[in-house]
Order: sequence, then structure tokens, then C-alpha cells
Amino acid sequence: MHAVEVSRIAKSFADKVAVDDLSFSVAPGEMFGLIGPNGAGKTTTIRMMMDIIKPDSGEVTILGEKLSEATKDRLGYMPEERGLYKKLSVLESIVYLASLKGMDRHSATEKANELLNHTGMLDSKKKKIEELSKGMGQIIQLIVTIVHDPQLVILDEPFAGLDPVNTELLKGILADLRDQGKAVILSTHQMSQVEELCDRILMINNGKSVLYGNLSEIKARYRGNSVRLDFKGELGEIPGVTARRPHKGYTELLLDGETTPQQVLAHLVSRGLAINRFEVATPSLNEIFLKEAGKKA
Amino acid sequence: MNKTLLIFRHEFLHTIKRKGFIIMTLIVPVLALMAIGVFQLISTIEKPPVVETTTIGYVDEAGGFDQYTTQGNIELVRFDTPGDATAALINGDVPEYFVIPPDYLSTGVINRYTLEKEVETPPIITTVIKNFLTSNLLAGKVPPETVYRIEAPLDLVVTRLTETGEVATEQGGFGNVIIPGIFSLLLALSLMLSSTYMVQGLGDEKESRLIEVLLSSVSTRQLLVGKVLGLGAAGLVQVVIWLASAPLLLRLASSTFGGVISTIQIPADFLVLGIVYFILGYLLFAALSAGTGAISPNAREGQQLAMIYTMLVFVPIWFSSLLFIFPNSPIWVVLTIFPVTAPMAAMLRLGVSDIAVWELAVSIAVLVLSIIGVLFLATRALRIYLLMYGKRPNWGEIIQNLRSG
Repeated sequence: MHAVEVSRIAKSFADKVAVDDLSFSVAPGEMFGLIGPNGAGKTTTIRMMMDIIKPDSGEVTILGEKLSEATKDRLGYMPEERGLYKKLSVLESIVYLASLKGMDRHSATEKANELLNHTGMLDSKKKKIEELSKGMGQIIQLIVTIVHDPQLVILDEPFAGLDPVNTELLKGILADLRDQGKAVILSTHQMSQVEELCDRILMINNGKSVLYGNLSEIKARYRGNSVRLDFKGELGEIPGVTARRPHKGYTELLLDGETTPQQVLAHLVSRGLAINRFEVATPSLNEIFLKEAGKKA
Repeated sequence: MNKTLLIFRHEFLHTIKRKGFIIMTLIVPVLALMAIGVFQLISTIEKPPVVETTTIGYVDEAGGFDQYTTQGNIELVRFDTPGDATAALINGDVPEYFVIPPDYLSTGVINRYTLEKEVETPPIITTVIKNFLTSNLLAGKVPPETVYRIEAPLDLVVTRLTETGEVATEQGGFGNVIIPGIFSLLLALSLMLSSTYMVQGLGDEKESRLIEVLLSSVSTRQLLVGKVLGLGAAGLVQVVIWLASAPLLLRLASSTFGGVISTIQIPADFLVLGIVYFILGYLLFAALSAGTGAISPNAREGQQLAMIYTMLVFVPIWFSSLLFIFPNSPIWVVLTIFPVTAPMAAMLRLGVSDIAVWELAVSIAVLVLSIIGVLFLATRALRIYLLMYGKRPNWGEIIQNLRSG
């Protein structure tokens, strides 16, 4: 059973098409990246999954059924812009929102304390939300999202505004969730975070699917016929290399159709060149996106 | 626990913990207590006021007006000519004078002269001059008691009887009006305040996008019904505190002030209907404000929109003085049935006159239906306008969207 199954959903607002014929699925135990630039339709897609807005057409199944009150208890959602009741204390906020997910007060308090302890925020549990820093507020928001042990966690731009320490903390928590067999959906425009965390991705632009599938397969597909080399000494003539492009800290060698990177490496080693780095050039997700977006535009 | 109940509980506790709500609830008994205290303090410090005697000049050109020159605290001083009187006026010996012209008996004209700029002659002066003239005209023709009776012919004592001919427990009069009057004013203020809370709360939740978290847990209907009931329950707490403190305060007050305060009564049916209208009023305004919050992109714009119906709350109070003069005008029937003004209008009227049972029934039925209807529309609107954070849609769009959404 898929955690999420989205089938051909579309949504238009008065003046523009926000989401156009989008389909994808997310499996349990998977970290899924929903990526694209600002205004691509990511948030609208998530809102349709959450049943906050209705799609014009298409269907969404969450945890094997159409979203109902009962399914809502089994999912956690963190919207892009964060907000909690300013006057409420940290613990009260978590417990109240957890109770709306069907948790009783006692177990909600227990789990909240556990998560506050895990994130090093136990000392702040009596503080009012308005007294917290922005980063701390985000961590509380994350706790609110996962306190009820949801099977599906959807996070909209979770890394926005987090410092490096909290970013690492968040990554750790997300990895734990995946390892526990939960489906995690990250929606973001920060491609580097997705590259690091996600197993599969859906890239959208202007409401349309651009790329969809396993991240390493996608990257392999876009792997160019070139290698990156950082070396000391004189490079000289290398058979099979058609061009050289100097970059900061490395040189890119473009190969002809017949030569493999292994042959080039063997040739360089046989010449006794001091090599600091040798890698098959894989384009970053960002580069892939720019390439795809440029193609469609 | 049921999710609507959870939201209800949260909103109720959140509201009654608000500073504004606590102040509004306690200020009524506290202010009343303070007023009683201050009055008591002043009345013990202050000596009985010394009655000051003033003088009014007059010139008798008709002749025969020379008796009864003492009228209460006012002394009438005779001058021979208008010239003498004017001189005395300018000198400050008399603050004013009047002239009885030779043809007074046939014309009735009296000329009054004063240095003061006035809208009209003070009633006390009119009465003094009138009584002075009457007394002198009748002097010697009828016995003095008759003269006195002609000046003050009646002291009306009214008793209201029931249909069986017994003396009714509710006697009407101003004593009856005071509590409903104060109560409806308080209700109006309280409704205005609670509307602010609702619009503010919903606006904040929209602005902070907390509403998306809430709606990923509960439905729009659960959210709004919970909120409206929570606010309604807070309103009930408020009115119960006020009503519970009223008898105590009245007893304290009547022992201090006496007079009109001791005639204050809380009409029996007012107590029951007061609570009913208070709760229904609260629910209606909570639902209206929920709708306003739903179509407004933020709390500030919502407040501006809420002004429209919160102003209507005060309409019956603006016109309340007309109620005393025309208690049976059809306008009052309209105001009693129109849901937004119904709670205030019904309460004011209960103090002044009776309201027909059918009117109350229609009024309450319309209120209940309005609450349900508004809540239904607000739920739809919240869903439709949830994502409109930027600008408020115009009315045409709203109506169209509510139909199709």
C-alpha cells in the first residue's frame, strides 16, 4: 500500500493554472522530495493532499483511503510559514494540537516531554511561544507535526530559516522517521538538501511534472561524458579527451564517445601524474533542474 | 474526546483568560460598587446644601400684582418703571426682570429681560412667574387652598392591575427600565468585544498559517462550531456573573441612594429571556465574526468589516429614548425580529412594555435560524478563502463563490 497516491490532479485559480495533471506516489519508509522553484505549485499540491483545498480533477489517496477524519489523525503536516498560539506555553501548544490528532492528554504530555528532551528544549517547555527564537519555534513546530507518531509526514520548506545546528538536528529526526518506516515528504526549493536526504523525487515547474523517479537513476541519466580532475604537474596530451575546461580547483575533461573514464584514469596513473581528485562528473540536481526548466520554457 | 469539544474547550479557556474579557466581566460589579462607595463617602462629607435665595425683578404696569412675592426660594422685587428695573439689572442687583404690560389681561403677554444668553427660559423661572400671576389673579376670589390646588392640580399615582384585578407584581416605571437598559448596553459592548476576539483569533490563525495545521487535524465545520460555542459559553459565564452580582449590588445601592434605586426591579421574564437573548446574541455574533474572519485576509481588515454589524448592535440603544414615547411603534417589532438588533431591542422593550408572545417566538426562531445559516456560510467561506492571504475579495465574488463553491 502506498502512503500517498496522487493521480492526475489539477487545480486552477482565477488567473492561472497552479497544478496541471500531476501524478506520483510515495511508499512507506521512503523520503520523497517534492522540488521546484518558488511558485511551481508545490504548496498547492500539498494542500490538495491535505484536503485543505479540493482539486478541480484527479484523485488523492492517503494511507490507502480518501482523506477522512480518521486518516487526518495519522498524518503530520508542517506548513511553509510557521505559526502557533503566541500566548500558549510550549507544552500546552504541543498537547493541544496533539489532542486534535486524537491523542489523550497524558500520552501527549509524555511524548512531548520525550521529544523536547531529544531536541534539547525541555528547559523551555513552560515558556510562551512568543518568547522563543525563530529557530526554536521551528523545532516546536516540528515536534507538533510528529508528536502523534504519524504514518505520513509532510513538511513544506522545513529547512527555511534554520541555523546549521538545527538543520542537522532536523535531518537526524527525519532520517529516524524514515528508518521507522514512515513516509516523509519534503517540499523545498533547496535542491542540495533533497540530494542529501531523498530517495525519490518529483520535480515540478509551472505546475507540471518535469522529473519523477529514483534520485540516483535520474542523476545517472544526466551524467555527462566528462571527468573532473584536480592534479599537480603537466597534463600533456591524453588520448580520447576532446576538450579541457579549467574551473576553480579542478579541470573538466570532455571525453569522446569511445573512451571511458577508467581508461583516462589508467592513462594518467601510468604517466605518474600526482592526482588529488578524480571523479565522474555528475550534474547537481540544481543543474539538472536548470537544464529541464530551460528545455520546457 | 470529540474534536469539536476539544476546540470548544480550548477557545472557551482562551477567551476567559483574556485580559479584556476579565476586565469587561469584573468592571461592571466593581464600578457599581465603587459608585456606591463614592456616593456614600461624599454624602457623609458634604453638608446639606444651603438654599440660596434669588431675586427677580418685575414691573407691574397692569396693576394688582403685589401679593405672593415669595415663590419658593425666589423673591420677586417690584420696580416702578422699566428704567429702574434695567438700571438694577445692569448694576447686578437682579439677574433678570419681567414686565406685566397694561393690556396683560387681554393679551397674556409678559416681557422678560435678562443679560444671559439662553436657549429658552429655564422651567423654574416660567413656573415661578406663572404661579405668581395665577396667585395674584385669583387672590381674594377663591380660598388660598384652591389657589394652591390650581397651581399643582395633580400628583399622579398609577397602579398596574393584573387581569384578575389584583395589584400586579411588576409595576412598570423607570425602576423597571434601568436594569434592562444597563443590561442591553452591556450586552452590546460585550458583543462588540467578542466579535473582536473571533475576528482577531481567526485572522491570527490565518496569518500564521496555523489554520492549515488545524485543518490537517479537524474539518472546517468542527473548527468553526467549536469556536462559536466556545465564545458563546464565555459569554454565558459573563452574564451569569453580572446577574448574580446584581441583587447584591441593588441591595447595597438602595440602602445608600434610596429614591429611584429602591424602585428598581428585575422583571421576572427578563431574567429568563435576558439569558436566552444574551446567549443567542453571542452565538450570532460569533458566527458572523467567524464568517468575517473567513473572508478577510488578516485580522486588521476583518475588524474593519466587523464594524458594519457591530454598529447595528447599538441601533436599538440610540433610539431607546423613542421607545419610551412610542413603545408600540412597528419599528420596534422590526428591530425585535431583525436578528442583529434583536437581543438589544428585546431587552430594552422588556423593561418598558410587554412583548407579544408571537413576536418573541418569531424573534428567537429567526435568531436561531440565522445562527445556523451564518455558520453554514462561514464554513464554506473559510474553505474557499483560506488561501486568499493577499486581498479581500469583493462582495460580488463572495456571493458567486458561495453559490458555486
